[in-house]
Amino acid sequence: MTHWMDEEAGPVVRPYALVGGRTRSSGDALDLVALVTATGAAPSGGFVPGPEQERILALVTTATSVADVASELGLPLGVVRVLLGDLQDHGLISIGRASASERILKEVINGLRAL
Amino acid sequence: MDFEPSDEPVALKILIAGGFGVGKTTLVGAISEIRPLRTEEVLSDRGIGIDDTDGVEGKTTTTVAMDFGRITIREGLVVYLFGTPGQERFWFMWDELSYGALGAVVLADTRRLTDCFPSIDYFEQRGTPFIVAVNCFDDADRYDTEDVRSALDLDPDVPVLMCDVRRRASAKTVLITLVEHSLKVLTASQS
Ligand SMILES: Nc1nc2c(ncn2[C@@H]2O[C@H](COP(=O)(O)OP(=O)(O)OP(=O)(O)O)[C@@H](O)[C@H]2O)c(=O)[nH]1
Ligand SMILES: [Mg+2]
Repeated sequence: MTHWMDEEAGPVVRPYALVGGRTRSSGDALDLVALVTATGAAPSGGFVPGPEQERILALVTTATSVADVASELGLPLGVVRVLLGDLQDHGLISIGRASASERILKEVINGLRAL
Repeated sequence: MDFEPSDEPVALKILIAGGFGVGKTTLVGAISEIRPLRTEEVLSDRGIGIDDTDGVEGKTTTTVAMDFGRITIREGLVVYLFGTPGQERFWFMWDELSYGALGAVVLADTRRLTDCFPSIDYFEQRGTPFIVAVNCFDDADRYDTEDVRSALDLDPDVPVLMCDVRRRASAKTVLITLVEHSLKVLTASQS
């Protein structure tokens, strides 16, 4: 992979090289705090996860947010979305988002007070 | 009534918005560990200026670094803070950032109060619960919250408070005020 310096962001791997220049339209954008979990299924149908996707699978053995995946891998969100989309299409991860209930918000308020 | 198994992980999103240099990054850093997060996005039509890409083939991408902080309330319950990019060319990111957000903190500076108008307009239109936190810079004149409320023409139910985002205790109060407000909005929508 080619590394070079981005003056603002530091060393970068040309990210879209990882995903063949593809992007996902914002229509199917993954929420930044959607939680990604490996299903544990074996790759099938000739799909071979790439190295970055293997790193993702290793990371999301417990539920991990999309933003955390991007941050941990040091890859831009747009790229992570495409990598995740492929994994999801092949049944290797599930992506979910629980909405906030009253009970959860009260718990957050108490948790923040205790910080 | 929704039954939620208590071990189902929940991730919540809070946005920190406001004009250039108003203290967004400082606030995120005061209350959480800032982590690196970049997004390289394809500029949508809305993000491209008229002079930009007429007749240019191919994708226009831009790299944006975001303020990104994480507060773990307990295992399986995490609050994420996202500082919204200030420049207007990044409006397209706001839609995605605000989608499903618990709420937004609009930071204001009384020396440049109008800088936060776009943020307020945006969250009002989106129906995202928000509060206005006035970051009190040392050399700014003091106003009270009601002065700010009327200057910004805010609804009476929008909380306004003074803060110093460099102080952790103050940053904490800001977030608690927002979550309490979001809870109120949620409760009202359910009754
Ligand atoms: N005196 C004083 N200075 C502050 C306060 N909050 C922030 N600053 C300073 O103001 C400057 C800008 O703060 P930032 O947190 O970077 O503001 P920002 O909103 O992230 O700025 P942009 O991302 O550039 O829009 C920094 O030098 C801070 O140290 C405050 O409450 N009082
Ligand atoms: Mg900043």
